Amino acid sequence: MAALAPVLVSLAAAVLILASGRRPNLREGWTLAAAGAKFLFVLLLLPAALAGRPAEAVLLEISPGVRLALRADALGVAFALVSSGLWILTSVYSIGYMRGLKEPKQTRYFASFAVCLSAAVGVAFAANLLTFILFYEILTVATYPLVIHKQTPEAIRAGRKYLAYTLTAGVLLIAAAAVVFRATGSLDFAPGGMKGLAGAGPGTVKAVFYLFLAGVGVKAAVMPLHGWLPTAMIAPTPVSALLHAVAVVKAGVFGVLRVVGFVFGPRLMAEHGFDVILAAFAAATVLLASLLAFRQDNLKRRLAYSTIGHLSYIVLGAALLAPTAYAGAVMHMAFHATLKITLFFCAGAIYVNLRRENVSDLDGVGRAMPWTMAAFALGAVGLAGIPPLNGFVGKWYLGLGAAAAGRTAAVYLLVGSGLLNAGYLFPIVLRAFFKPGRGVEGRREASPLLVVPLLATAVLSLILGLWPDLGFKFFELARTAAASLAGGIP
Amino acid sequence: MPILNSSPALPVVLLLPTAIAIPIVALLRKRLAYILTVAVMAVVTVISALNMAKVLDGGPIHYWLGGWFPPIGIEYVLDRLSAFVILVVNAVAFLVLAHSRRLVDREIPDPGKHVPYYAVALLMLCGFNGILVTGDFFNLYVWLEICSLSLYGLVAVGSRKSAVAAFRYLIMGTVGACFYLLGLGFLFTVTGTLNMADLKAIFPQVAGQPTAVIGLVLMVVGFGLKMALFPLHGWLPDAYTQAPSSSSALIAPIGTKVAAYVLIRVLFFVFGVEYVRQAVPVTQVIGGLAAAGILFGSVMAMAQKELKRMLAYSSVAQIGYIGLGIGLANPLGFVGAVLHVMNHAVMKALLFLAAGHFRMKLGHSTVPEFDESVRRRMPWTTAAFAVGALSMVGLPPAVGFFSKWYLALGAVGRSNWVFLGVILLSSLLNAVYFFRVIERLYFVRGKTTAGSPEDAPAAVRAEAPWPMLVPVLILAAAIIGLGLLNAVVVKGILAAAVPPGMG
Repeated sequence: MAALAPVLVSLAAAVLILASGRRPNLREGWTLAAAGAKFLFVLLLLPAALAGRPAEAVLLEISPGVRLALRADALGVAFALVSSGLWILTSVYSIGYMRGLKEPKQTRYFASFAVCLSAAVGVAFAANLLTFILFYEILTVATYPLVIHKQTPEAIRAGRKYLAYTLTAGVLLIAAAAVVFRATGSLDFAPGGMKGLAGAGPGTVKAVFYLFLAGVGVKAAVMPLHGWLPTAMIAPTPVSALLHAVAVVKAGVFGVLRVVGFVFGPRLMAEHGFDVILAAFAAATVLLASLLAFRQDNLKRRLAYSTIGHLSYIVLGAALLAPTAYAGAVMHMAFHATLKITLFFCAGAIYVNLRRENVSDLDGVGRAMPWTMAAFALGAVGLAGIPPLNGFVGKWYLGLGAAAAGRTAAVYLLVGSGLLNAGYLFPIVLRAFFKPGRGVEGRREASPLLVVPLLATAVLSLILGLWPDLGFKFFELARTAAASLAGGIP
Repeated sequence: MPILNSSPALPVVLLLPTAIAIPIVALLRKRLAYILTVAVMAVVTVISALNMAKVLDGGPIHYWLGGWFPPIGIEYVLDRLSAFVILVVNAVAFLVLAHSRRLVDREIPDPGKHVPYYAVALLMLCGFNGILVTGDFFNLYVWLEICSLSLYGLVAVGSRKSAVAAFRYLIMGTVGACFYLLGLGFLFTVTGTLNMADLKAIFPQVAGQPTAVIGLVLMVVGFGLKMALFPLHGWLPDAYTQAPSSSSALIAPIGTKVAAYVLIRVLFFVFGVEYVRQAVPVTQVIGGLAAAGILFGSVMAMAQKELKRMLAYSSVAQIGYIGLGIGLANPLGFVGAVLHVMNHAVMKALLFLAAGHFRMKLGHSTVPEFDESVRRRMPWTTAAFAVGALSMVGLPPAVGFFSKWYLALGAVGRSNWVFLGVILLSSLLNAVYFFRVIERLYFVRGKTTAGSPEDAPAAVRAEAPWPMLVPVLILAAAIIGLGLLNAVVVKGILAAAVPPGMG
């Protein structure tokens, strides 16, 4: 039941949060306690995952022949560590942000957040497709109140768009699962691919592939299914930070990694040429998103397009089918998270402190908020893939894997997009520090509740860049996950 | 106990005299009508549960009324399918009737009708129980007439508009019953028997004759109309909308399901899967019409502004799921259809009861006039409604997801991609109109609450009283609980109820 604890702790917290609406400090206390507990529970699962004996929790039968089952394997623990760890920091940040802006509906906010995290860990540990779908759909519905938080007509429209995309994707996933179940008699994820799927007819396999592509592709923001993400930036920044840079979209790319590695498997992907198709979509997304980022003046939208691009690094890594690339993808899933959340935290701090949202208004901001912009600078350097930040590590392995697979075009793409990243992020840092400010004289840094988390994530990114295995063993986890695809360790 | 040997007949035997006794007893105290109703429904539900257990243990139970054997006597048969549907019908009816007192007092203007309401409701349930347990075609017609007339009565009581809706329902319903009787007559002439098991034995000999085929088709049309299978659904929207909320909550979850049960019973257990698929492809037609009904109902529901009308069209779509399961005619389709009988009963009862709460406390159930203040005033009702709505959309682990899952598996099994597409598309269409309501209830700023801090004073609270809340919350809990435990129902009961020759 050790695998179940992380999922349940935040569900319990959600109930407690709803009950403590009248006492904000108690309410926030539940969030922080649950976040801490969840992270600890996931950490406890780390050794077993690395040793190839993942903790399991098999619950009731949810459909004849299929049980609600959790399995904390290396890939799942990697994702769960990222989500739960960053939840702690995001919760602290949320408190600063929501109180700083005197936002209404905080109880709903914190409760929804808790349920989202529960669902995210459920997705991470799901041992079969039906469990995966269950938590995936809960994640969709639990994020809705967060997207729509501001309750303005614009927010409501964004919420509808979000639901339209994600519910459609959910339905396609159900179709995919139904076909897989009929074809193979099982829904269990198997490292290296589900055995029965190889035996199903080519038409069936193709249909399943496209259904899955759309099904997980929406949350993974693969173009052209990415449309919901920029619009969803209407949500409060901590929501954008965690959910859209870490939990929701990472659940999408996690889904891609699961489907490629544990449903189809490298052999089947290569056999039918699915890897090429997936790589094509991913590559196009990386390029287009990076280019589109240049055109966004709204800082959060620029960051959204940047996320879309980076998510497709992970998809590309999966599509390359090389173990090194897969490991790189898993690492980037974790490392991009710390970098992107830093940038979003900075954007939020700037908004709370100075009420500025657009890049063109950020001149001289660095002088008023040096810590924030320093963290932003670190994040930008990391996203451009420059060592010693952790963004380099993931990209390095992706590149190695691409070269090993003989796909040099992918290597050029990785390098090129790194340059593009620098192109749309560095000028922000430059104007913040070196251009004369307008209206920022005498303004001071944002509240410590905001600045401490963003510095923490920035420093974390630096530390993980230097020692990727420190503490949480992301490097080991990634390698174990990739190795399991060869049919060795579970 | 000797009385338990007649347990198949007990529900009917208890309900009929009680229904007749209610107006008499209520002369002493009006409240007794309600109390007696709830009491007898509780007893009947317990008996249904015991019967289910008995059938699971020992196999089908046969009971011959008066000890006279067929083909002269009337036979009652309890097998897994009928015991299951009976349990669902009685349990849901019990919860709704337990809830009904205040809605009846509020929504039915003429106080002289309050007592007869309960009598008629019990008569209707008596009719339902009879239909579900009988093994004789003509006995089925008798119960059908009893429950139909009661149904019309339950719809008609209320405002003047209710009477018009009920009249339309009466006309169409009587036509449907006549079709059934006509079909039965044709079948009787070729087979010489009215007993279901008998007819099943004799039918293969006469299967080729045009009379037999016509008889089958007429029966199907008759019950298709009672089931509100598209395009024979015309009576439903008005009837469900104009009926008082307690009636809607009673008939919407159950009425059409009983008709669907008869269709399943007759098609698969009497005529046989082989015949209705290959020789006379009735199932294909039903499946096609059901698919059309799903789309039609969902689209029409999206266009509705009034909550009850929206739920009514939604019901047309949901009946389509059951029809789709019948159309697939394979084990998973069958399981999906029968499971949906239970799922939809629980979900729709909850939704209509919640609508009743809204009407009672707000004076209306018009969706565009909902806003956050509704949630503030009635948080529990709104939360329960949200659970029901999300289940209808198909969010796991709520019960609604699993009907679609099994039907999807059944459609894949028949390689029927159109049906699969319809099932999944309908989830999205459901999401449109249900999320619209959720959006309004939770996220649209009220005129009085705009900009106010989140926790309004408790004085604003105007939740429904707890005797009304308890059944609603029980139903909401059932939606999640039965969802998580659906494999128990499927494996324990439904899998073994699959008709012979299927799959």
